[in-house]
Amino acid sequence: MSRYRQIVKDGLWDNNMVSGQLLAMCPAMAVTATATNGLGMGLASTVVLVAANILVSSIRHLVPSAVRIPIFIVLIATLVTLVDMALNAWLHDLYKVLGLFIALIVVNCGILGRSESFASKSTVAESTVDGLAMGLGFTFALIAIGGVRELLGSGSLFAQAHLLLGPAFAFLEMKFFDGGALLMILPPGGFIVLGFLLAAKRVWESRRSARASVTQATSAA
Amino acid sequence: MSEPMTLERLRPTIPYQAAALAVTVMLASAALSFAERHTRGPIEQAIAEDTRRSLGEVLPQGSYDNDPGSDRLDARDGNVPVVVHIARKAGVPTAVVLETAAKGYSGEIGLVVGIDREGRVTGVRITRHTETPGLGDKVEVAKSEWVHDFAGRDLSNPAPAKWAVKKDGGVFDQFAGATITPRAVVGAVKRSLELYRREHEAWFARRDAP
Repeated sequence: MSRYRQIVKDGLWDNNMVSGQLLAMCPAMAVTATATNGLGMGLASTVVLVAANILVSSIRHLVPSAVRIPIFIVLIATLVTLVDMALNAWLHDLYKVLGLFIALIVVNCGILGRSESFASKSTVAESTVDGLAMGLGFTFALIAIGGVRELLGSGSLFAQAHLLLGPAFAFLEMKFFDGGALLMILPPGGFIVLGFLLAAKRVWESRRSARASVTQATSAA
Repeated sequence: MSEPMTLERLRPTIPYQAAALAVTVMLASAALSFAERHTRGPIEQAIAEDTRRSLGEVLPQGSYDNDPGSDRLDARDGNVPVVVHIARKAGVPTAVVLETAAKGYSGEIGLVVGIDREGRVTGVRITRHTETPGLGDKVEVAKSEWVHDFAGRDLSNPAPAKWAVKKDGGVFDQFAGATITPRAVVGAVKRSLELYRREHEAWFARRDAP
C-alpha cells in the first residue's frame, strides 16, 4: 500500500511534472494565461496520460528496448488523435473549448516521460495510479500558474469557467479589478511566474527540512 | 512478474525489433483509419451545424425562408477567398452572409458578416481564431459585447475614414493591450461591405435567373 502512497505523493508534489521534473513546459507556458485554461489543459492531459500509461505498461514485455521510444511516440500520437476525432465528432461543443488543448498534448513530453520512466517498468495498476497522480499534479501546477497570471494580468480568476465546465460552474468566476499588468498574460509572464513558483516551492521545502532536522536534533538530545 | 523465456530471447534480435515497430505502426494506422471513417460524417455534420448557427445569428430573424448554408457561391476579395451565402424570401434575395478571413495577431481569424440588401451590416460573428486568451479573444461574442457594435452600420456610417479602431482615428473600441485583433476585424468587415457594393448585383443575377 505504501508503494501507491509514494506514487501519489510523487505525482502530486515531490516529483510534480512541472515543478519537479520541469517537463511539459510547452503546453504549460502556452495555455496558462487564465486559470480556466490551465484546468482544461490539465484535465485533457490527465485523460491521455492515464490511457497512455495503461497501454504502455500492458505491452511492456513485448516492447524491445532498442525501439521503445518510437513505439511509445506512435502510441501516444495515435491516442491523442483518436481522442481529438472522437471529441470533435460526438462532443462537438466540448471540442470547441478543449480542441486547442488537445492538439498541444502531442507535444507534451511529460507523457512520453512517464511511459519511459515509469509505465514501461511497472504493473498496470501502478501505472494507472501514476498516470492519475501525475495528471492531477500537472493540473494543479497549471491552475497555480494560470491563477497567478490571470489575477495579476486581468484581475480575475477562472474567467469563462462556465464555457469549459457548464453553467453550473459560473460561481467559480471572480472579478477583482479591471486592467492589470499586461506582461503577465503575454508569454514572458509565464516564465516569470513559473520561476517564482519554483523558487517558492524550493524555499518552503528547505525550511521544512531544516525544521525537521532541528526537531530531530532536539529529540535526540 | 515473470515473463516467458522465449520473449526474453527474442527481444534483442533485430528481426523481432523491426517486426515490433512494424506491427505497432500497422495497428496504429488501422485504428486511425477505422476511427476516421466513423467520425468523418458526424464531424462534417457538426461543422455544417456550426456554420448554419452562426449564419442564423447574423441574419435578422424571419428575413429568409431558404437555407443560406447551402445557397452559396465562391468569390474573391483580393487574395482572400470569400464564401457568399444568399438569404432569400420567396426566392428574392434579402441579404447575404460573407464568410471571410482576416490576419490577426497570431494567425487567421475567420468571421461571418451579414449584410442586408441596402448594404447595412446585420451582424458579425467570429467563427474561429487563435488570438491570445484573455486579450484578443474579446472579439468572441461569448466573451464580450464588442462585435455587436457593427450591427446597423454601413459604408457611410461612419464615414470610410472612420472605419478603424479609435487608436487609428476611427470609431471602434480597441481592447486594453490588444489593438491588432480588433483592427483586423474592423478591416475585414469594411472590406466585406466594399466587396458587397462592388459585386452584389453579379451575385444576385447569377442565382436570380437560373
